[in-house]
Amino acid sequence: MRELSLNVLDITENSVSAGASLIEIDVLEDTKSKTLSIIIRDNGRGMSEETLKSVKDPFYTTRTTRKVGMGIPLFKMAAEMTGGSLELQSELGVGTVISAHFRTDSIDFTPLGDIDATILMLITMHEEIDFVYRFKIDENEFVLKTADLKAILGGVSFNETEVRAWLKDYISEQTQIIRGGVT
Amino acid sequence: MKTLEELLAIKAKAQANITTRESADGSADVTRIVVGMATCGIAAGARPVLNGFVDEVAKRNLKNVTVSQTGCIGMCQYEPIVEVFAPGKEKVTYIKMTPDKIARVVADHIVNGNPVTEYTVASLTE
Repeated sequence: MRELSLNVLDITENSVSAGASLIEIDVLEDTKSKTLSIIIRDNGRGMSEETLKSVKDPFYTTRTTRKVGMGIPLFKMAAEMTGGSLELQSELGVGTVISAHFRTDSIDFTPLGDIDATILMLITMHEEIDFVYRFKIDENEFVLKTADLKAILGGVSFNETEVRAWLKDYISEQTQIIRGGVT
Repeated sequence: MKTLEELLAIKAKAQANITTRESADGSADVTRIVVGMATCGIAAGARPVLNGFVDEVAKRNLKNVTVSQTGCIGMCQYEPIVEVFAPGKEKVTYIKMTPDKIARVVADHIVNGNPVTEYTVASLTE
C-alpha cells in the first residue's frame, strides 16, 4: 500500500464485515519519540484463538474468491519494516483490537497519506455503524464521534450532498488545526 | 471554519428535500455504481475512484443513482473494478478504473446509457 491510510481503510473493513456496531480508530503521533500508533478497535464478533494465530499468515483468508488474504500481513509488514510492531487481540463475541506501531524516522516508514479520505469513506459508506475517530499529534487532539453528528442530523443521511461536503471540509479543517496549519 | 451550527442548518434544508428522494430509493429506476473495495481494490487505487464517482454524481445532481462498495470481485489483477447495474440492462464491468475516466463513464453511460466499452472487461477479449 502506498499510504498507511489505505491500510486503515482495508483493516477497518474487516471490522465492518465482523458485524461491529462501534468502531474506534485512533491515529496517534508523538513527534518527540518519533512514533505513530494506529489502533482500530471494534465490538464485532471477534476471533477464536485459532483464527487469531492464522490471520497474520497471508495464506489464510475468509474470502471465497481466492486463497490469499493480504490485509493484516501487509499492515504488519509496514509496521515491522520501520522497527515497529503489530499486535492483535480478539475475543469471540467481544471484539477485536489491532494496534500497529511505527517509527516515523525510519527510512521505510510509509506516509500516513490521505487519512481524511479514508475516514470520510468509512463513515459515509457505513452509516449504520458508529465511528469514533481520534487524530492526535502530541498534545493536540481532534475527536470525531459520528453518533454526535447523527444526533444533530436526526435522520438526514451523511450522503446528502451538502452534508457530505460539510463532513469533508470539517474533517480536513480539524485535522489541519491538529497538524498546526493555519486555516 | 465549519461549525456544528452550520450542520444543523444543512439538516433543516435537507429535510425539505428528503421526501422526494425517498420515493426514488429502492425503486426499479435506480442505477447502482458498485466499487470493489477489498484489499486488492484498495491497493490498486479504489478509494479515489469511489470518492470520484460520489463527487461526480453529486456535481451533476443525478437522482436515482447510488454509489456503493463491495468486496473482492475475483479479478484482482484488473482492480480497481467498478460494476454498473442500470435498470433493465446487463451488468457492465469496468476494469483498471482511474479518477480521470470517471467523468466520461458518468456522462456517456450513467446519463446517456452508452457504456464506455474501451474501459470494460469486454475490451479484454478484443
